[in-house]
Amino acid sequence: MGADGAAGRQGRASDPFATGRAVQGGSPVTDPAPIIALRDVCKFYGPFQALTDVNLDIRQGERVVVCGPSGSGKSTMIRCINRLEEHDTGSIIVDGVELDEETRNIRAVRQDVGMVFQQFNLFPHLTVLENLTIGPIRVRRMGRAQAEALGRKFLDRVHIPEQADKYPAQLSGGQQQRVAIARALCMEPRIMLFDEPTSALDPEMINEVLDVMVELAGTGMTMVVVTHEMGFARKVADRIVFMEAGRIVEAAPPEKFFSAPDSERARLFLNQILDH
Amino acid sequence: MDRAASLPVGKRRPSRRLRLRRAVASRPVSVLIYLAVMVLILGAAFEGAAAMGYNWQWYRIPRYFWTVGDEGFRWGEIPMGLVATLVLSTLAFALATVIGLVVALLRLSDLVVGRAVARVFLEIVRNSPLLVLLYVFYYVMGPIFGLDRYTASITCLAVFHGALISEIFRAGIESVPKGQWEAASAIGMTRGQVYRWIVLPQSVRFMLPPMTGEVVNMIKSSAIVSVIAVAELTTIGRNLISDTYMSFEIWFTIAAVYLAVTLLISAFASLLEKRHAVRD
Repeated sequence: MGADGAAGRQGRASDPFATGRAVQGGSPVTDPAPIIALRDVCKFYGPFQALTDVNLDIRQGERVVVCGPSGSGKSTMIRCINRLEEHDTGSIIVDGVELDEETRNIRAVRQDVGMVFQQFNLFPHLTVLENLTIGPIRVRRMGRAQAEALGRKFLDRVHIPEQADKYPAQLSGGQQQRVAIARALCMEPRIMLFDEPTSALDPEMINEVLDVMVELAGTGMTMVVVTHEMGFARKVADRIVFMEAGRIVEAAPPEKFFSAPDSERARLFLNQILDH
Repeated sequence: MDRAASLPVGKRRPSRRLRLRRAVASRPVSVLIYLAVMVLILGAAFEGAAAMGYNWQWYRIPRYFWTVGDEGFRWGEIPMGLVATLVLSTLAFALATVIGLVVALLRLSDLVVGRAVARVFLEIVRNSPLLVLLYVFYYVMGPIFGLDRYTASITCLAVFHGALISEIFRAGIESVPKGQWEAASAIGMTRGQVYRWIVLPQSVRFMLPPMTGEVVNMIKSSAIVSVIAVAELTTIGRNLISDTYMSFEIWFTIAAVYLAVTLLISAFASLLEKRHAVRD
């Protein structure tokens, strides 16, 4: 398992920040092989249907922002992409691998998909640097020295190289979330998922996290971001996906979505969050 | 620090009842009360013993700790028994920890069979008296599996305490937030790796206090193996009494030795806890 993972990785640039903007433009419909493909995905929690017939193709290098009212299934959908939640029907194919009961597939996909959580979820018993290196060392079987060099590089990229030896509890929320982003990047993923990355932050710390995400977007990383930060969406997104009640109601480029959304629901939502 | 001075009532003296309560709560007075109670209890015991004509022979006790004779210094029976108790308890505790971890992981696993096996094991062990378990291990399992009395004792103690320890492990593991599982799985860790590198290291802090409690309990319940005549501290006590008929002195002494050991362990545990608390 570890061997396949390493071999599959060799052809890839080891530094997502260094690679230029890889893919630009192009319609997701005409793209022959989307890097993420959701087909008729449904998900139930008991009798409650969290996702209903979700269809979504995401191209490599595309930046997709997912928005919608709370409880609309945004988090559930991106958590299905790395199978933190299991979908009940339909299919999800990530980087050519179908997500099913096969745990090897799931782990292979997870190494290719980084995830950043609302609550950071750093490992409190490990230092910042150890948080970054534990994945490379234990999952990718990398040597300690190599992993630490990698960790320090990404810590540098999220602008907190001086915090390497602290414990997460000693950092501010914004710093913790940037460590969490660096931790995900240390697996050198091809896709990054963000589940409301700024919702748990104090207002003055939101920008330092968004700045890092904007920089990451500039490198051509495929990103799926659940967020209410519409300024970020306008600046970075190639496409905005609007969800309500477990369905994708609308998917449009930001220019169109913000000025002339097709659906009444989206218009109402935008009025609510942009009003003040 | 005079608390009365900070009261808003100004110069008025506190009420009589309050003054009495403070006096009783002050350290020298509480020490005096404690001493008085202890003297009363011990006095009553010795009085009772005198009334039944008990002949105290405390002077014969030291030789059971050590003797200095022609052959030089020699340890007596009681320290030997203590060492046997500690060895027995340590072996049983090590095995109990393994059993506890396995049962806890089974209970938390996705396997229906695993969970069922763990539940049945727990219910049987927790609802049987230790003494009955010991008889089952010695008189039933012993002949069947060829266990000698020492192995039977260790296995029995390990199974009994393993059930309790598994609950400690389970509580410790469940005290680690779900987000830790998600973050660790999201970087591709297997279930085993998540336990080994993320969950267990974090639950140690929660498990340390109840685990030291279990060490103390293990030492105490190891005394029960004296009923199948395994050589340890309590068995030594019984043997000494049948030789000397000094039951009061010997049982007092044996109890004091157990107390000294368990108090030492508790003190060490709180030291360890303080250390762990400082780290975060």
